[in-house]
Amino acid sequence: MLISNMEIIPGQTIEKHLGLVQGSTVRAKHVGRDIMAGFKNILGGELVSYTELMTEAREEAKERMIAQAESIGTNAILNVRFATSSVAQGAAELFAYGTAVVLSGSEQ
Amino acid sequence: MIELAIVVALLLLGYGFGSYRERSHYQSIQKRENLLSDILVFESKYPAKETAGHGGQLVQGNVVISADYFKTFVAGLRKLVGGRLRSYETLLDRGRREAVLRMKEDAKRLGANHIFNVRFETASISKGAESRLSSVEVLVYGSAVSR
Repeated sequence: MLISNMEIIPGQTIEKHLGLVQGSTVRAKHVGRDIMAGFKNILGGELVSYTELMTEAREEAKERMIAQAESIGTNAILNVRFATSSVAQGAAELFAYGTAVVLSGSEQ
Repeated sequence: MIELAIVVALLLLGYGFGSYRERSHYQSIQKRENLLSDILVFESKYPAKETAGHGGQLVQGNVVISADYFKTFVAGLRKLVGGRLRSYETLLDRGRREAVLRMKEDAKRLGANHIFNVRFETASISKGAESRLSSVEVLVYGSAVSR
């Protein structure tokens, strides 16, 4: 499964277009992380636990998008975009969407 | 009196650690930017004709970065008179450059040397809850190809 945020792939042609696929997840940070982040807010710098949280959540959203794409029999998702929105206090929704297509040409 | 002492202590702590960390972060950014300068990054939507291979696999980098107590305090004062919030400018600059570096490292792992269609996204992850928590997430993503 090829995931890309380009509309075309060099050297490959789009045979079939199968519409939009998407995946999302809503995550909340937990208290432990929040307290550590509170300390970091005094000293400044990267909030590693939050970076990990966001990375994991985005992977999860991507996995769900891929699962949906696999169920309709595609081999690539093009033009992938990410969006983040806060739904409630301290919780964020991470959203990934793209176009499911069947690509033909040289497989890597 | 005690409260004032705590605030002053936090300000000093924030200033000391914050500026030390900022300096060392900038040094590390500079070093890694030189190391990864062979990976070219483009914002253009379509890849160059000669690029093939790696099929434009998605690569991404993200970072959550926080201001220190001193920066937040100074920015609070600055808000009264308006103008440039220099302390937040460097914060975002560090965040973006760090995210780009992580994306480049991701591309390097795949063995690619060009990244096309790069997009930035910035999200404040502590909206509403506590306005004190001044942290920001920067996400950058693109498609890796090689020639």
